[in-house]
Amino acid sequence: MNNFSYIKANDLPTAFGHVRLGDAAKYIAGGTNLIDLMKYNLTKASSLVDINHLVGNHDIEELPDGGLRLGAFVRNAATAYHPLVEERYPLLSRAILAGASAQIRNMATNGGNLLQRTRCYYFYDANTPCNKREPGSGCSAILGYNRIMAILGTSESCIAVFPSDMCVALAALDAVVNISGEDGERSLAFADFHRLPGDTPELDNNLKPGEIITSIDIPQKGFARNYSYLKLRDRNSYAFALVSVATGLELENGLIKDARIALGGVAHKPWRVKEAEDFLKEKEPSAENFAQAAEIILFGAKVFEYNSFKVELAKRAIVRNCMMALNPESQLPGAQPSA
Amino acid sequence: MLNYQSTYSPVLTKDFDTRPVTININGKPTTLQLMPWVSLLDALREYADLTGTKKGCDHGQCGACTVICDGDRILSCLTLAVMKEGSEITTIEGVAENGQLHPLQKAFIEYDAFQCGYCTPGQICSAIGMLKEGKAKTRADVKELMSGNLCRCGANTNIIDAIMEVKNQDSHE
Amino acid sequence: MSTRPAIGQPISRLEGHMKVTGAAKYAGEYNVPGLLYGYVINSTITKGKIISFNTEAAKALPGVIEIFTHENRPSLAWFDLSYADMDAPPGSPFRPLYNAEVSSNGQPIGLVVAETFELARYAATLMEIQYEEESFRVDLKENLAEAHTPSIGMATMLKPPPPKPKGDFEEAFANSYAQVSAEYFHGTEHHNPMELFATTTIYEGDGKLTIYDKTQGTINSQLYVGNIFGLHFKDVRVISPYVGGAFGSGLRPQYQLFLSVMAALELKRPVRVTLDRSQMFTFGHRPQTVQYTRFGTDEYGKIIAMNHKAIGETSKNEDYTENVVNWANMLYASKNTLMQYELVDLDVFSPLDMRAPGGSTGSHAIESTMDELSYKLKIDPMQLRLINYSEKDDSLGRPYSSKELRQCYLQGAERFGWAERNPEPRSMRRGNKLIGYGMATGIWEANHLPARAEAIIDSEGKLQVSSAVTDIGTGMMTIMAQIAADELGLPVEDVAISYGDSKMPFAPIQGGSFTTSTIGSAIKAAGKALRKKLFKKAKDMDSSIFSSMDIEDVAFRDGKISVKDSPALSVSFKEIVAANKGKAIKTINFSVPKFFKLKKYSRAAHSAVFVEVEVDEQLGVINVTRAVTAVAAGRIINPKTARSQILGGMVWSVSKALREETITDYRLGKYMNQNLGEYHIPVHADIHDMDVIFVEEKDENVNELGTKGVGEIGLVGMPPAIANAVYHATGKRINQFPIHFDSLL
Repeated sequence: MNNFSYIKANDLPTAFGHVRLGDAAKYIAGGTNLIDLMKYNLTKASSLVDINHLVGNHDIEELPDGGLRLGAFVRNAATAYHPLVEERYPLLSRAILAGASAQIRNMATNGGNLLQRTRCYYFYDANTPCNKREPGSGCSAILGYNRIMAILGTSESCIAVFPSDMCVALAALDAVVNISGEDGERSLAFADFHRLPGDTPELDNNLKPGEIITSIDIPQKGFARNYSYLKLRDRNSYAFALVSVATGLELENGLIKDARIALGGVAHKPWRVKEAEDFLKEKEPSAENFAQAAEIILFGAKVFEYNSFKVELAKRAIVRNCMMALNPESQLPGAQPSA
Repeated sequence: MLNYQSTYSPVLTKDFDTRPVTININGKPTTLQLMPWVSLLDALREYADLTGTKKGCDHGQCGACTVICDGDRILSCLTLAVMKEGSEITTIEGVAENGQLHPLQKAFIEYDAFQCGYCTPGQICSAIGMLKEGKAKTRADVKELMSGNLCRCGANTNIIDAIMEVKNQDSHE
Repeated sequence: MSTRPAIGQPISRLEGHMKVTGAAKYAGEYNVPGLLYGYVINSTITKGKIISFNTEAAKALPGVIEIFTHENRPSLAWFDLSYADMDAPPGSPFRPLYNAEVSSNGQPIGLVVAETFELARYAATLMEIQYEEESFRVDLKENLAEAHTPSIGMATMLKPPPPKPKGDFEEAFANSYAQVSAEYFHGTEHHNPMELFATTTIYEGDGKLTIYDKTQGTINSQLYVGNIFGLHFKDVRVISPYVGGAFGSGLRPQYQLFLSVMAALELKRPVRVTLDRSQMFTFGHRPQTVQYTRFGTDEYGKIIAMNHKAIGETSKNEDYTENVVNWANMLYASKNTLMQYELVDLDVFSPLDMRAPGGSTGSHAIESTMDELSYKLKIDPMQLRLINYSEKDDSLGRPYSSKELRQCYLQGAERFGWAERNPEPRSMRRGNKLIGYGMATGIWEANHLPARAEAIIDSEGKLQVSSAVTDIGTGMMTIMAQIAADELGLPVEDVAISYGDSKMPFAPIQGGSFTTSTIGSAIKAAGKALRKKLFKKAKDMDSSIFSSMDIEDVAFRDGKISVKDSPALSVSFKEIVAANKGKAIKTINFSVPKFFKLKKYSRAAHSAVFVEVEVDEQLGVINVTRAVTAVAAGRIINPKTARSQILGGMVWSVSKALREETITDYRLGKYMNQNLGEYHIPVHADIHDMDVIFVEEKDENVNELGTKGVGEIGLVGMPPAIANAVYHATGKRINQFPIHFDSLL
């Protein structure tokens, strides 16, 4: 870790001004991933601009259309436990609480959660080639120990997985990311925020240099009656997902009116397949139908030496989680499989 | 896979100026001369000589460095001391009041909730935060919400027993 | 009122207050004025040579004091032997910064010393290092053809080679009624105590050093430093009052000790070197091991042929061995046996004893094989073990000093509810979960070694006891106080224990479950001598009431010597010391095991473990929902701390069977998960109901205390019991640890 100048920015223009000055300047909010990466010398910064004290975006507010605006600087724990989130978007609440640990959730911000970097072993080891860390150096994971790596949307240059749980729920909920930059404000649909690796795996998302996430909007439909988040991992808590699933179902007269299924732990971004959700519409919420949807979602999966289990695991996890969504009370702490 | 040479080039640091950072530690305003790259954990251990807060991984993966910051349990290894200017920090050294052990400290001794003792300060600070949050209803909830604190000696069941004892006392009051 | 015996009381840890208030200081927590910080530079190649270092940029930083490499280190002891330690395997010990050779990935190759930790860490990143790489091998399974017989050395004393073959295994196996042959594997594991390895060396001038070291043996570190740096042992004082876990990793001096001492001597300033978590994966580890078993029985389930072979990993420079194949025939009699143990040299750092070394490895194969046999024979797994119950150690034809394993089976099964098990695999379920019951046996040797202890009655009439022994979290202080209190007839509150200091009387390294017996015996010896001395002083007092008595006529109780038959006639220790002109009365005594007597017996602690697992039928997720360990380990000094030792072993069992693994990329020759985020040890949410039973076991042969030690036995039987329960739940036998849940899909 190198030393850096530390600057507290109280408003956006000040923040933009500092990060513009040098491309080695970085914003810091919760810092839970950035400081980790800096200590490993994987991220370097000549200055850190502390944006925790920017005016605004520290609250959760109701939107006129019935949705909710999550300030980017609200901590993950405060978001998960916010009464409006618990009541209207329990899927988001459950997903957040399945991630990291209580201490980290008390520190990490909503904006920062979207910007976490992969936990690929090779990305984290500066002495191995990694296209995400050093474009053009090669991918060590493709022929390496790839148990934790992606099976969907991979490329020749990267098979890393995006590690967030919160984002899996945000993807399922059709959230919108609000961004500020020197050129003004813009919004990105959640599905357009994160990128697939393609041949530019160094880019995790579509945030431009110098831009700041200011808030995340979730539309009104929260699937608060039938939802579930399931996370499968190598221990019951405080570990990243091998496969996770967020499901929201809207039922009417015993049939599925609307369905959302997003996967974590399988791709470079939360994975959603519209065809699968469309398939479920007007169908009975049965294990058979969910299994068919799972087949559609996993279509085209590409496996590597040590992660072929993820395909079957993901399919079964989808079915289980959709069944759990029919009975959300069956969910257990830590998003473990229901009894 | 031989012959890979990392192209890592560190940012050459030129600025080694320290600045005074005042943090309220265990009720005492404490001013430390620090460079920005000092983590809150190292500030406590190396600059304030409060070594009760432990370093087990320095990367947010073990919970040994848990302290209470403005009422919330956080990991002191993943935050910079300069970012905590003006904050109220409680470390294990500040948990007992007027020489009276905190109920969790007593319960940890009684239930043999530690062996080597190295994760203990983090476990206790984390449990204080957890009880204050008030989100745990069952033993399973407590285990999940305490899972950010690893114990390699395997004192897990005794730790949870000790916390449940205090939690039940609290709920009876 | 007479003092209740302290031994057997569930006394809370005496150092508890220090540990719950943060007052307990560990090796890397002594902040002395002028302290310098060392940060280690590790090799990024697995094998080869260092061509050059460019230290210019790093050295140019203000506050960087020195950078040590093999090129500029001070000249040191030349002989390999000087680097040897109490736990060194046969071979040539690793010598830090010795030359340009790199023989394992992560090998320490330099040390940056700077005024702050942050600066030292940063300067290390500015080093430019050129290497010449050579090809290497780190994959055990790919190199089994290279296996060889281990060499013999000092360390082999506690780790004898496999017992000699008996009968004709091949023929007996071929003719047996029921047969099982199987292969088992576990990869590398790292100890990962929560405390990072650290040494703070204080340069006291005149070649004198005070060293705060994370170690399991203060005297081991002291001798190591003295030998290598050519210092008089008296000038090297190693202190480790608190040790944040070790599990074997501190049995040998680690490289931060060497580097800290070297820098302090060179710079004549205090230097601390603390490893970071990834560096905790750059020295000893539990070696990856492949095992093969072939067991054959007669139609009644009696074993008639037994073959257990293990091939373990070692480094190129030392033959690290474990007792893997010595246990099966200790547990189960068999007329025909063949036990084999071999090593493969790999380009890795030398392996190092890790909690229940060898035993937990061997039991995985032995007890899984027994389980498989039980299904073949359609005999209940516990019944099969009772059929093969051996009253004596069949491998050496010796009786056991004591063996209450039968009671472990019976009491454990009763507490667990083993009788409710449906023998059919996949026959028990609860909602989405398959339920499995599994059991296994555990065994661990009860050793003890020579040690000294000092005992003093001070002017307050209180007892002070000291030993150089460390406390890695086992509760040494508390049990030392209990043993000492009973020796002198004092309440525990009147006993003060000092330990963890090489200036104190000799203690060997703390490990192998032998420390209670070792230090306990030394305290008993010191206590006995002190009683004699006190009595003599009491007799010598003016008009002593004891003048015509022998020591047999008096009792030591409540801080007094009193006449056995008339307790009112007494003299307090305080009065005796006062009569001794206020001078404390002290003894230092050496306790040596009675080797001749001990040779007549095999000595071991035993356990029976019963486990319930829940396996999600569709998703494979495994939880150990209940476990009971019934232990026969001789006399239990402190049921509270002993229970914690067993519980700790049980948590380690969950970890070994289901969680922890060091992931190796064999192409790169390195470990890929050198952190606690990806090296998964259990979290609280992984640990469910656990119960411990201590079975009554009297042992008058093992040592004077009758203790066998409880540090390892909790980890020996339970991992295979978990694997057996997984089989019972799912019908799938996974012989590789850890069992990944996805292997059950």
